[in-house]
Amino acid sequence: MTQTMEPSSLETSNGENLHRPLGVYTRPKGGSGWRDWVTTVDHKKIGILYGAAALLFFVIGGIEALLIRLQLATPDGTVLGADTYNQVYTMHGVTMIFLAAMPLAAAFANYLIPLQIGARDVAFPRLNAMSFWVFLAGGIFINLSWLLGGAPDGGWFAYAPNTGIVFSPSHGMDFYALGLQITGIASLVSGINLTVTIFNMRAPGMTLFKMPVFTWMMLVVQLLLVFAMPVIAVALFLLTFSRLFGATFFTPELGGDPLLWQHLFWIFGHPEVYILVLPAFGIISEVIPTFSRKPIFGYPFMVFSGIAIGFMGWGVWAHHMFVSGIGPVSVAAFSLSTMFIAVPTGVKILNWMATMWGGRIKFSAAMLFAIGVVSMFTIGGLSGVTHSVAPADTQQTDTYYIVAHFHYVIFGGIIFGLFSGFYFWWPKIFGHKLSEKMGKLNFWVMLVGFNLTFGPMHILGLQGMSRRIDTYSPGFGFETWNLVVTIGSFIIALSVLIFLINVITSARNARGLPPIGPDPWDARSLEWMTPNPTPVHNFDEIPIVESLDEFWHRKYGSDEDGKVVRVASAEDVCQDGSAEGIHLPSPSYWPLVFAIGLPFIGLGLIYSLWFCVFGGALALMGLYAWVFEPVDDPDVDHHEPQKEDVSD
Amino acid sequence: MTNQTHSAETSTGLSHNKLGMWVFLGSECLLFGSLISTYLLYRGRFADGPAPGDIFDIPFTSVSSFVLLMSSLTMVLALSALQRGDERNNRLWLLTTALLGAVFVGGQVYEFTTFLREGLGYTTSPFSSAFFTLTGFHGVHVSLGVIFLMSLYVSSARGNLHKERAETVELIGLYWHFVDIVWIFIFTVIYLVPSPTS
Repeated sequence: MTQTMEPSSLETSNGENLHRPLGVYTRPKGGSGWRDWVTTVDHKKIGILYGAAALLFFVIGGIEALLIRLQLATPDGTVLGADTYNQVYTMHGVTMIFLAAMPLAAAFANYLIPLQIGARDVAFPRLNAMSFWVFLAGGIFINLSWLLGGAPDGGWFAYAPNTGIVFSPSHGMDFYALGLQITGIASLVSGINLTVTIFNMRAPGMTLFKMPVFTWMMLVVQLLLVFAMPVIAVALFLLTFSRLFGATFFTPELGGDPLLWQHLFWIFGHPEVYILVLPAFGIISEVIPTFSRKPIFGYPFMVFSGIAIGFMGWGVWAHHMFVSGIGPVSVAAFSLSTMFIAVPTGVKILNWMATMWGGRIKFSAAMLFAIGVVSMFTIGGLSGVTHSVAPADTQQTDTYYIVAHFHYVIFGGIIFGLFSGFYFWWPKIFGHKLSEKMGKLNFWVMLVGFNLTFGPMHILGLQGMSRRIDTYSPGFGFETWNLVVTIGSFIIALSVLIFLINVITSARNARGLPPIGPDPWDARSLEWMTPNPTPVHNFDEIPIVESLDEFWHRKYGSDEDGKVVRVASAEDVCQDGSAEGIHLPSPSYWPLVFAIGLPFIGLGLIYSLWFCVFGGALALMGLYAWVFEPVDDPDVDHHEPQKEDVSD
Repeated sequence: MTNQTHSAETSTGLSHNKLGMWVFLGSECLLFGSLISTYLLYRGRFADGPAPGDIFDIPFTSVSSFVLLMSSLTMVLALSALQRGDERNNRLWLLTTALLGAVFVGGQVYEFTTFLREGLGYTTSPFSSAFFTLTGFHGVHVSLGVIFLMSLYVSSARGNLHKERAETVELIGLYWHFVDIVWIFIFTVIYLVPSPTS
């Protein structure tokens, strides 16, 4: 890979470098190896870092899921004790949602948004690096609790007052509250950064309604993050202050109201569902048209239904609370709004099907996963509509029926979507395809395992098996289905293993071969105009955009009869990455330094204020050095452009 | 090949920094919205501790609120001075703004210690927890603003804050006005709406 790190031209809005900075503030020059990765501000590398870290957490969360299933495989399971079981299922939820699904979406967002809108990087490259390191620091911080006296044990939703110091005396919930606060900073900053990027950095001619659907969905997600993260931040502050400083927000004896937590949590929590699922919707909205060889059906409807979901997602939170005693009027109102939000989602499902209808469908691995989303998410959506019927929901609350529903949404919708994205954009990112044969195997094994795992949970739930119990007695008719579920979960694990093996073997097979040529899938959007893998400067020349699916329209035109004909080869349309001397933002140490400070502040609040002093000093140093860091490195400023600056 | 991305040429015409600040302030609305909701829920739940209606000194807080609101005016004067290239007046008004902000924070510290002496601790009741958390978060915001303003002042005193960088002052100004406007809401909700008494 070529690595040129030259002075920034992206951040110079007001950064005239009027005095020569002190030596400590000069910026690293990049180079190669680990130093390059820890100082990088390149959105592509940060995307890869996000993906790698999130996949690691995905495996950890998966192992936790397998532990749960081992415990529940047979009645009176003895694999985990009740206390450990609480910690494992809590951490499974926390890890999968905050440390795997969200950052995996961030990986795609980081890598693809600038490429899809024809930009060289994001609006604030150093903030982007900070988002990643802060997320990683938060993820490590939460998982440290395993070694320091016990993980969080109050569920990922952390209902008060069960999470108070009385009922959860270990430090686990402190790690939960502070750790999610840290990852929340990462999400918020990244949300602001990418929002500005999408609004401000589009290539000439790319109006909002010429943006690919993926970028559109990601824009909605970033705005949801911007407005939802502060709400969970307040909830977590209230919890933290209650646990650490004795605040009485959730002390019922004094008038504290547990419902406050539920409202704050779900006002964040329901938009969070869309924060998770819209990226997957965006991914398959790119994959399905490409492999159906048709433009997306009803582009404006796709966009507006996404926006509608973004708005309506704020008005349905109390359907998580139908049995909390919120009163019949609230229940009726939220029942209705919950039924309504199924409409824009249904529009999307129909549009994907209409895109495939009459298309020349190529069943690649990416396409199979995308079709998996359309079908499996629909099942989850339909069981979701059954929850909007409050009387039925009252019966199903806290049973495995709920667990079945949200896994069909989150696994069937999001994980399948993310895997579709992996297979589709792998050649873009790494310059070689993943093996299609193993990819298809991966899909079918995952599909079977997924349905074996979560399908029977519907039945278990309707039979009355409740969630979050660490064991059950024989004789209730739960035995068979639980065993099936456990077998299914190991089949899912096998499918993930197939994926990881595919990653390794495909990379090994590609070693020594030249990178895959341009446009391996006959794709439609701008990111494929750059060579594979993407050069560090993205575009040799920023393209002028004239239409939706710009890249496709440069390859295809129509003849006199109106039939679509190829007018240019991919080689002609794609850039070759040969541009030199393009100014790119310089790398920086300080985002990492700042991020390392945060977990120490967390440890300090839990254990000893001395950690706080150290962490605070580190974070402050990071921030101040960041501010005084020269935007342009004066040492290299005066002899550029350097022709032979592109080095390995 | 020098197709550079200058913020002057953004798709919206707003610079990255300014758009980013607006989006951030949008996010802050939800932060304070959640805190204000929490306070509204708990204002009547004072357990055995002092009730809000018994303890608030409305004239005192009105004066400190006035001080804070005036600081928005001086903030505008600071920006307009720099936009005219008048660095001396810019420094003067920056310092005044920071001073007014500091007076407000000082008033809050005084108010907190008085309440503490009158038996309203952080852990006394849901009302007290919510009150101190909401006003405390606002106070932290004002204090951060004072630090930003002082940084601008130092930067200007060292000769690094010229007319071309007026946007930096404008951005800090946006933040400062936002914190003031939020205080109007908080002041209304906490002090002006008649509070329950014991």
